[in-house]
Amino acid sequence: MIHQYKNNGYNIVLDVNSGAVHIVDDIVYDVIACMVENKLENVEKPAAYEALKKKFPDRAQELSELVDEIYELKENGMLFAEDSYEKSISAFQNRATVVKALCLHIAHDCNLKCRYCFAEEGEYHGRRALMSFEVGKKALDFLVANSGSRVNLEVDFFGGEPLMNWQVVRELVAYGRSLEAPHNKKFRFTLTTNGVLLNDEIMEFVNREMANVVLSVDGRKEVNDKMRPLAGGQGSYDLIIPKFQRVAKSRNQTNYYVRGTFTHFNKDFAADVCHLADLGFKQISVEPVVAPKSADYALTEADIPALLEEYDRLAAEMIRRHRAGEGFNFFHFMIDLEGGPCVYKRLSGCGSGTEYLAVTPWGDFYPCHQFVGQEEFLMGNVEDGIVNTDIRDRFKACNVYSKEKCKDCFAKFYCSGGCAANSYHFHGNINDTYDLGCALQRKRVECAILIKAALSEEDIK
Amino acid sequence: MKHIKTLTTRDYKESVKKGGCGECQTSCQSACKTSCTVGNQSCENTNK
Repeated sequence: MIHQYKNNGYNIVLDVNSGAVHIVDDIVYDVIACMVENKLENVEKPAAYEALKKKFPDRAQELSELVDEIYELKENGMLFAEDSYEKSISAFQNRATVVKALCLHIAHDCNLKCRYCFAEEGEYHGRRALMSFEVGKKALDFLVANSGSRVNLEVDFFGGEPLMNWQVVRELVAYGRSLEAPHNKKFRFTLTTNGVLLNDEIMEFVNREMANVVLSVDGRKEVNDKMRPLAGGQGSYDLIIPKFQRVAKSRNQTNYYVRGTFTHFNKDFAADVCHLADLGFKQISVEPVVAPKSADYALTEADIPALLEEYDRLAAEMIRRHRAGEGFNFFHFMIDLEGGPCVYKRLSGCGSGTEYLAVTPWGDFYPCHQFVGQEEFLMGNVEDGIVNTDIRDRFKACNVYSKEKCKDCFAKFYCSGGCAANSYHFHGNINDTYDLGCALQRKRVECAILIKAALSEEDIK
Repeated sequence: MKHIKTLTTRDYKESVKKGGCGECQTSCQSACKTSCTVGNQSCENTNK
């Protein structure tokens, strides 16, 4: 399977099934397109050459040379590679799975009133509640007991707003550390916070104990304050930005993200990304809102062309800033071409419902944070473990090959079939896809590869 | 090559042989929480 596109003066050919990325000149770009269109991918070189001569009569001189180049890549499995992974993935997914990550809903309560909150201002279709140390402790015990031989275990302190239950966070980190040596485990704790309650004591603890911290802010002041007001209605931007800048600096600009959401109201979200970069942040993530169609801030099908253009604009600006020595990372444009995941990981999905579970303040398990509060997805609890194994098995069987729409999509090796929760919320089925999200994801993959291509020319990384 | 420049990428087919150890990060633990992005993650297999 080939995906080819032109962007910012680059001709890019992605050999989807091998993962190879080629930057080609105009004539090769056209020849490869012609080969795909005329089903010449599996034709022997002499016959392909003869057929192409008829298609490109004016380029006969160079055709021989470039057909040699194309077939050299083909023989090395880097062009027109077959998809031979389906059997491997089925076998892989039938293995006994372990739990390796928990999202602890440490507080179903929040001190912001974000308009787009899927947690409904922290309450998740339920009541306000804080997780007790006892419940959290049992969750960590469950994780260790169900993680098999996996060493690295991930625990995210999530909410609502986790700093509203800070003492329990501290106690659970200490408890987790006490489990590491006896069980040969290594906890990676992460924290997602809106910053309202951040102070020096918390920052010091976070920098010592948290492998990553996600700092929620949407970008420009007016954009942020429209969607992320405090309980009293006033904006949160002025309160949180100085604190976030201190966190970023104190972590040497690594192992954190400032993380925003863009909506129908700020389709020019590249300006928000650049605003955060101008404030000195180097690790930035600004992501499309996922919202019911009825919401006035929801992204619509009609928004897609403008959003795709905006990603292109952002990619071009990021290349410009890198070249000027002012580069920054944008989470959705980050791509690890050389050391990225194996095919199993790429095709088997995010692990929700199997390797990854969300835990409510009272100890119930759900497949992920986005299913919390939907009783049909209640899987069990910290006392009894996974009781509803049917749900786990449904998520276990969910992968790229179980999704009809993914089969012919070039981006499937980068998104692993997309988010099960988004699929469910838009189609009532975890084996479908969230179509608007897919359109944006495909553009992001194109931009990410484009940036690699552009920067590879100067060996700037 | 004169007409084609190939970026260095991980060979998917090779990764089938030694992959699947499961030590890598869970997709949603990094930043997103609303989409599934694995292409940006790093492999943590010590035996690859």
